[in-house]
Formats: sequence, structure tokens, C-alpha cells
Amino acid sequence: MGTPAGFRERQELMDAARLSRTLTRMAHEILERHPDMARVVLVGVRTRGVPLARRLARSIKKAGGVEPPVGALDITLYRDDLTTIAPHPVLKGTDIPCSIDGRTVVLVDDVLYTGRTVRAALDELIDFGRPERIKLAVVVDRGHRELPIRADFVGRTLTTAREEVVQVLLREEDGADRVVLLERARARRKGKTPHEGKPRR
Amino acid sequence: MTGYPHRHLLGIEPLEPGDIEAILDAAEGLREVLDRPIKKVPALRGKTVVNLFYEASTRTRASFEVAEKVLSADSLTITTAGSSVQKGETLLDTARNLEAMNPDMIVVRHSASGAPHFLARHCRSAIVNAGDGAHEHPTQALLDALTLRQRKKRLKGLRVAIVGDLLHSRVARSNVWLLSKMGAEVVLCAPPTLVPPGIETLAPVTYRIDEALEGADAVMMLRIQLERMTGGYFPSVREYHARFGLTEERVRRAKKDVLILHPGPMNRGVEIASEVADGPYSVILDQVTNGVAIRMAVLYMLLGEGGRETEPEPAPKRKRDRAS
Repeated sequence: MGTPAGFRERQELMDAARLSRTLTRMAHEILERHPDMARVVLVGVRTRGVPLARRLARSIKKAGGVEPPVGALDITLYRDDLTTIAPHPVLKGTDIPCSIDGRTVVLVDDVLYTGRTVRAALDELIDFGRPERIKLAVVVDRGHRELPIRADFVGRTLTTAREEVVQVLLREEDGADRVVLLERARARRKGKTPHEGKPRR
Repeated sequence: MTGYPHRHLLGIEPLEPGDIEAILDAAEGLREVLDRPIKKVPALRGKTVVNLFYEASTRTRASFEVAEKVLSADSLTITTAGSSVQKGETLLDTARNLEAMNPDMIVVRHSASGAPHFLARHCRSAIVNAGDGAHEHPTQALLDALTLRQRKKRLKGLRVAIVGDLLHSRVARSNVWLLSKMGAEVVLCAPPTLVPPGIETLAPVTYRIDEALEGADAVMMLRIQLERMTGGYFPSVREYHARFGLTEERVRRAKKDVLILHPGPMNRGVEIASEVADGPYSVILDQVTNGVAIRMAVLYMLLGEGGRETEPEPAPKRKRDRAS
């Protein structure tokens, strides 16, 4: 994913080391809350949720837990905004490696914004079975929710403007690990930087 | 990926290789939905599709219906038997009356070549050609290509023999166009009486099946359309089988990992021997599954993403809460 046309980078929010520490901390939190990892499935939302879920699973193992299975969810067919996104989204397919009945599913995505992606992901997941509970883990929560959805595991909470874009870049997809804040190329306002929200559990 | 920039799917001939690639890729992504515990996704909720079939069909009609249901479109199927067509209503009148019910797409099969093109000129809906006379059957060619691509991982450079009734076959025409656009090498084979004039400009023609099979990566058998065989095209079904039927012995002339395709319905013992149809190299049932995936892809690409800029007049916006 390059910088979208009409946008430019305003600030680096995380470098590779910080992203790595953030994911390790999130993995510990998930393990702490769900010590019975044998009953947990991590499901990444395509595209970047999938490598993130894989990294979390490895970190959970390193932290002493059982490595949970990782699935991938392609929510394209469940979206409510097909007419507003780019024509012909590429379908990559959903792959849930085991039954989710009675298990805890941790949905993993890069950025939590309006909540509409998570809504679509919940609808799709529920068509695969009846999990005991579904939790949500995101690297960045940037606010502006349009649906009553919140994350259970958050890497970093940011206050952002709607016109801005938060990009999580991963070496698996983008060649390098970085989290960046983008703004419209000609709309720079001076002196304002996004600030940390209250740390959340 | 270049996407699919057209409003209708009328045939393979006007498509670019990129359009074909886009449909095949979408079908590959959608196939997985058929293996889910709940084989239904809401992608086309609130869209209405009319299947208008003026000719007999099992596979094509059933797979369009399955594809519509899996994608949550509302669909209705009208066949000639039991409809006003029998009372003498013209194609255009039938289509205009159906359009008054505001469908988003009409899937049409008709015995007249060009019937879907005619509807595309006069209707607001997206039109999909499900077979028109001896002209084209684009979704069949696409599902054949998907089957080949899955097994061989490519289309470019494959040697494909198409054997049988070329004269009446819309499947052959669509396949020749598709395969040559995608860089495959096509050989056609039929008795001289069943070779339409001019087809040799599209691909080389031979009257000897052994020659066509030599070194083939895939063989597409065409049905001998017994219902259209009124003109004495060959002396007898037995003689046809002896000269042009695909037998195990003949299959050996092709490559070891040859694939045998047949669009169905098969005439066992005429164009294809039973042992071949049920043999290990036969991918005939894969074709049927892929047929559903291809039709899902076509529906999804024509209806799912909306906002096509080529649309002459935007269809009236419908409420989304009508479905299921």
C-alpha cells in the first residue's frame, strides 16, 4: 500500500521497534485474559489483519501460551459500502481453519475507525458458527465510530481528524513495519499534532 | 487487475484479456463460499435477477440459480413452457413487461443468435448471455478456462483440441475466442459437414481426430446436437463414434496429464466413450462446480460493485431492506 493519491505523510506514529513492542504487549494481554489458549482462535481481517494475527499468535507462544490457530476473513461480500469503494475489490477468500463453535474468537484488524468493517466481520463470522464470545484486537483505535463497537485489546488510541488517514504498514504486505498518519496534500494546519488518548485496557 | 468495465456480458469476442482475467480471479475468490457451512453471503441483497430461458438447459440454468441464491439476489426463472411466449408474445414485449417489474439483470438464453444484444439495446437492465443460437455461450467458455487454469496453472501456451459439432456450437466459438485471446493454441476438429465456413480464420481445422489430439494439454468435446441433426451431416451415430468419438485409445495420443472437458449434456457412446467420460483425466464435474463460481463472479461484477460510469441512465435507487 503506497500513500494514496492526494495524501502525504504527516507523522510517523510508530516505527518497527515500537510496533513490535505494541504487538508483544497485546499478545500478553490476550494471554492474560484467556489463559486457556486451546479454546481461542485468532481471525485476521484481510488484508493486514491476517499477518498481524499471525504475529500475535507467535508472540502468545513466546509468552508461554499454546499457539492459537489463525484464520483469515475476507469481508468484501458483507460490506455495506460496495458502491463507494474502489471498483472491483479483489476477493481473496475467507479461511477459517477450525470450528469456531464454543470457542473465543479474537478478531484482529489494523485500524478501528467507523466500526463498519467490524460489523461486516461479525456478520460473516457468525455465519461460520456460534463462538462463545468474540473479542476485538486492533493496533490503532482512531475514533469516529459510526456503530456501537469497541475494541478489547488496543495497541494505541489516537485522536484524529476525519480527513486524516492512519496507515499500518507491514513488512509482509508493504516491505517495512511502520504506522503513519497521512493528511490531504494541500490542507496542512500548523502546529496541530495528534495526541495520545487515555491508555485503555 | 483491470476489472470489468462493461455493463453487460454478451460474448467473449468483445472482451479484453484483462476483463477475462478479472472474471476468473473473482470466481477463484468466490468459489470458497460454496464450501462454507452457510452457503450464503449478502453481497447482492435487494438485487433482482430474471432468468429468461427460451431453450432447454439444466446446468446453465441451475448454476445461475444457485449463484443468485448464494449471493442473496432475488431471482425468478421464466421458461418458454408455461409462459406467455407460448401465446405468441415477442421477445421484446416479454422483456419490456419484465423490465416494468424493475429487475437489475436479465440472464437470457435464446435460439436466435444476437437475442441478448437486441435486449441490451432495448432494456435498462444488465444483460447476460446464457447462450444465443450458434453464436456465443460466454459463461461456459469462462468456466472451461477456470477449470483449465486451476489444473494447469496457466492458459498461455496450452495446446487445446476442440472436437465435435463446430457448426452448431456456441460453446466452441466462445472457447476459441477466449483461448486465443489468452494465448493458448487451439486446434479444431470435426467432419467437413460440421465445419462452419470461415472458422479456419480463427484456428486451424483438421478432419482427423488423431491429428487434433497429438500432444494436446486438454481436449474439449462438443455435444453432437442430435436435435439439430436433420440435414444428414453424417451417415450414422455409429460411424461418427468410429471416426470422431473420443476413446481411451485415442486419448493416449494426447499428453499424459491431458484434461478432458465436456460442456454437457454428454451423449455417451457418440462423441465420448463412457470410460473416457468417467476416467481419471475427466474434469467434467469440476466444470459444473466452476460453473457456479463463474456465474457468481459475473453476477457480482455486473451488479455488486455498482457505480459504473458507462450506465446511460441510472436505475432508480431501491431500498436495501427488501431482501430475505
